Amino acid sequence: MSEKAVVQLIDVKKSYGPQQVLKGVNLSIMEGKTTVIVGGSGQGKSQIIKHILGLVRPDSGKVLVYGKDISRAGKRELRAIRAGFGVLFQNAALFDSMTVYDNVALPLRERTRLPEAEIKKIVDRNLALMDITGSDDKYPAQISGGMRKRVGLARALVLEPRIIFFDEPTTGLDVAKSNEIYRVFFRTQTQLKYTAVIVSHDVPKIFKLADYVALLHNGLIHSCITPEEFQLSDDPVIREFVETTMGQLYSSEMEGEL
Amino acid sequence: MIRFFEKLGADVLYQVNQIGRMGIFLFYSVVSMLMPPYKVFPVVKQIYHIGARSVFVILFTGVFTGMVLGLQGYNTLSKFGAEGLLGTAVALSLIRELGPVMAALMVTGRAGSAICAEIGIMRISEQIDALECMAIDPHKYVVAPKFIAGIVSLPLLTALFNVIGILGGYAVGVGLLGINEGAYFSSMYNDVEFGDIYMGFVKSLCFGVLIIWICSSKGYYVHLTKGGGFGAEGVSSVTTNAVVMSSVCILLFDYFLTSVLL
Repeated sequence: MSEKAVVQLIDVKKSYGPQQVLKGVNLSIMEGKTTVIVGGSGQGKSQIIKHILGLVRPDSGKVLVYGKDISRAGKRELRAIRAGFGVLFQNAALFDSMTVYDNVALPLRERTRLPEAEIKKIVDRNLALMDITGSDDKYPAQISGGMRKRVGLARALVLEPRIIFFDEPTTGLDVAKSNEIYRVFFRTQTQLKYTAVIVSHDVPKIFKLADYVALLHNGLIHSCITPEEFQLSDDPVIREFVETTMGQLYSSEMEGEL
Repeated sequence: MIRFFEKLGADVLYQVNQIGRMGIFLFYSVVSMLMPPYKVFPVVKQIYHIGARSVFVILFTGVFTGMVLGLQGYNTLSKFGAEGLLGTAVALSLIRELGPVMAALMVTGRAGSAICAEIGIMRISEQIDALECMAIDPHKYVVAPKFIAGIVSLPLLTALFNVIGILGGYAVGVGLLGINEGAYFSSMYNDVEFGDIYMGFVKSLCFGVLIIWICSSKGYYVHLTKGGGFGAEGVSSVTTNAVVMSSVCILLFDYFLTSVLL
């Protein structure tokens, strides 16, 4: 079965002052698949997600989402494209003056005309899916980092988006909490079949979820291949990345379960 | 020398950019305010934050402003034997000038700073980005209710300031200095015209828009502010900046509005 690219970055360049962060990024995100973007710190991985979300416009190049160039879209068109997105930000970006329940209910209240009883049903279902029932009335400041991420994920999934973006979903979490997030991700993706784009440092664990691994190196996508190909590659840049990030740990970890 | 001109040019470009951004911000805010859907609850909530919670400070400053006007007015008018016109002097000063200006300055200090800090924190903690990514217009969801609340609250707070100020003037003029009660109110009744009330109303309406515009846009663009816009320090610096700029603009616009409306 041939795969369809839902997002395409074509020769995307972006500079901040004298520093060129993206030097001509080319990347295709395939429908229904999980693409993990890896690379060293400060290479501009989050910038790629911000470009796809339309939060940052490229200096040159195209960012096509379902064939539409998001970098040239007007406000209304941008909103229509984003209606199919779900985003889990690095710090979850929950609304700190709203309760957990209201945070998850917000997209439903603002984007649909569902009655409150129906909204409650959907929110409760999503909170149960994330194993966070019973914390509905708490504020983001009153819950742990792992719970905040799960609330963020519940909010991102509440409108059943076609594409989900995860910016460092496990940064700042311990191993148990990270595994919890991965389990939730795996479960929801199996159920909802969404396309996922993940920016992560959590190598090699994140490879278990990935269909494709894209390596950002020196402002360019050096490769976008399957995790197996990535691990076995003889390419010196990939080898260097694999050895630096995984070392000996990788060979033992790859056999284990999450 | 070249470096001096480079810096000058960069500063000018930055300022022009900032003015342009604020203009676009106002445009989007007004458009999103006028476009459906209209939600009442967020507006009521903002009227409570901007208007109702400013009532105490308005009453407090209003009564003392009126009392000071009573004292100063009596001293000046008594030199000409025109103490009977104290009511007119207090009422006209408050309704035409001091009411709108003082109420706007009080709201800037109390609510304007809070608005700027709130939106600034939403920006640096990616809450504004999150709204955009959820296809929810931040102008519609965050800013528009504040604009409507500002437009509704400022004229009402100004009216309250005027009433309590006139009563403050009455307490000093009639209660302490012994002016005739009837003279205080009858001179006011004879000399205050609809045009005076209208001028005060238009001013308070304009100041309401001005405060919310400056404070919201400063917070909204905290990340683009020159000299480190991120973090708690960035928010604190733009909040100070927003309050100073709003206060200066209130006084500047007061002059221009007076010259147009007189």
